[in-house]
Amino acid sequence: MNIFDRMMSFDRRWVFLFLALVCVITYVAKFSVPIVTTYEVESIYNRVESLNEGDILFLGIDYDPNALAELHPMAYAIAEHAFRKKLKVLFVTLSQNGPGMADQAIRDLTDSLRQDRTYNGVFYPGREIVNGEDYVFLGYKPYPGLVILGMGQNFRIPFPTDYYGTPLDSIPMMKGVLNYDQVKCVIDLAAGNVADMWIVYGAGRYNVPLALGMTGVMGADYYPFLNSGQVFGLMGGLLGAAQYEQLADNPGPAKDGMRIQLYAHITIILFILMGNIGFLVTRRKNGV
Amino acid sequence: MEAMSWGTFLWTTFGAFLTLCIFSFLYKDNAFYKFAEHLVVGVSAGYFVIILWHNGLQPNLFDRLNDGSWYLLWLNSSKPWYMIPAILGFMMWTRFSRKWSWISRWPIALYMGIATGVAVPLEMKNRVNVQLYSAMRDIEWGNFFGTGLLDGGSGLSQLIIFVGTISALFYFFFSKEHTGVFKGVARFGIWILMIGFGASFGYTVMGRISLFVQRIQYIGDWTKVAWDSNSSGGFTLFWFITFGIFAVLAVYEIVKFVSKRGTEASG
Repeated sequence: MNIFDRMMSFDRRWVFLFLALVCVITYVAKFSVPIVTTYEVESIYNRVESLNEGDILFLGIDYDPNALAELHPMAYAIAEHAFRKKLKVLFVTLSQNGPGMADQAIRDLTDSLRQDRTYNGVFYPGREIVNGEDYVFLGYKPYPGLVILGMGQNFRIPFPTDYYGTPLDSIPMMKGVLNYDQVKCVIDLAAGNVADMWIVYGAGRYNVPLALGMTGVMGADYYPFLNSGQVFGLMGGLLGAAQYEQLADNPGPAKDGMRIQLYAHITIILFILMGNIGFLVTRRKNGV
Repeated sequence: MEAMSWGTFLWTTFGAFLTLCIFSFLYKDNAFYKFAEHLVVGVSAGYFVIILWHNGLQPNLFDRLNDGSWYLLWLNSSKPWYMIPAILGFMMWTRFSRKWSWISRWPIALYMGIATGVAVPLEMKNRVNVQLYSAMRDIEWGNFFGTGLLDGGSGLSQLIIFVGTISALFYFFFSKEHTGVFKGVARFGIWILMIGFGASFGYTVMGRISLFVQRIQYIGDWTKVAWDSNSSGGFTLFWFITFGIFAVLAVYEIVKFVSKRGTEASG
């Protein structure tokens, strides 16, 4: 049995073990890799950056914990960017296991925003963000398509109360906020077909400016909507989150994870090359 | 490092334990994986029921009918029309009876009708018409190379999209034999499709690795807390117990696996 035959009978579990070792070693060894930002992420950052104090940003936390790894860094980076700019943020989740996770993220952000920070050379003093004044978390409702359509008429139709049970009419931030007309843009972080529903029912029906943050698996499928102008920006997977962190000068878990990602990809590419070389050589040897 | 309470550390340790349980499937199916898998399914289902009650039924139905009387089926409330969706919803539950399940067809038919009526024009407009328009835009010859290869608005990108769309559609045109020029265009179309599949595969690999990266970060943070916290003695002990279980099992399985391979090779 020569080396190429061995390649073909290589147990996949050694590949998993080797890949895990590469990931752990690159996690332990602290170094950074350059992040190149792309147009589709820059346009989301620039849109948030261009908003004025008091403008309302709608942030959809439309994912379950199984997509937390890729989408949570986006949510943290965007929300922190918005709060530092004193925008008001309207959180909604249309994913069934999302509410607790979104609530936890808001609590974490509340703690983080108490600290003084300097981002891109601009000093932002720490401040207290207040529920009902700086943000509202509407919570979860089933049937995302109908909820998106309902919110286009009046947020109070699908959400008579916020997640904590307070009627929307008694929330200061919601005074005069009826529907998407009062929202400057929607950034939907989605791990499923909720993204399609936002394109069709949100942007398509109510012309609300829409950007999408999505899992890596979904990334390539949504570029046609960027080309057609139906969405103004896209963030795909951990790379998209890392790019936003880079633009916001707020390094977080996504940027930290990119060095692991880089070496994991190199390892996978090497294994793919080895597998293909082994396959081609053994096929030639066997006269196929 | 911020001090962590014992309660939080135990939950975090349980999270790390479950992570290792799930990853143990990469070696082979086992009791640890089964336990974690069943726990996820059970917790998700239970969580969804509670969330649905507190975020759906309670505020959107019962709170809107709460000024009425239950023994009058809330028909004396100020918003009695909310009983209509409630009754339709109740009719869905007849699915559990063979004798009465036909009743559930009425709400399903109503829901299907509304959903189709809402979806068809919007889907047609946003998924077909707008996409067709964007594929038929004038090619900007004056801005052919744009700001670089990644510029989606450049004339080159528009040309690639136009040619790619046409040739990919040629490949799916089966009522004519793929010969001559037609075959060449269809062949180019399949290359375009392969590039698309390749991009999707690349993104998928990135996505899957991202999940692993986050878990490594989680276990790394948990390890840091165990070693650096004020209560490091007890925390470290828990770290050793959790990691030790899997380390011992891993070493045992690797030795078994290698010796089995050695026996097979010599035999």
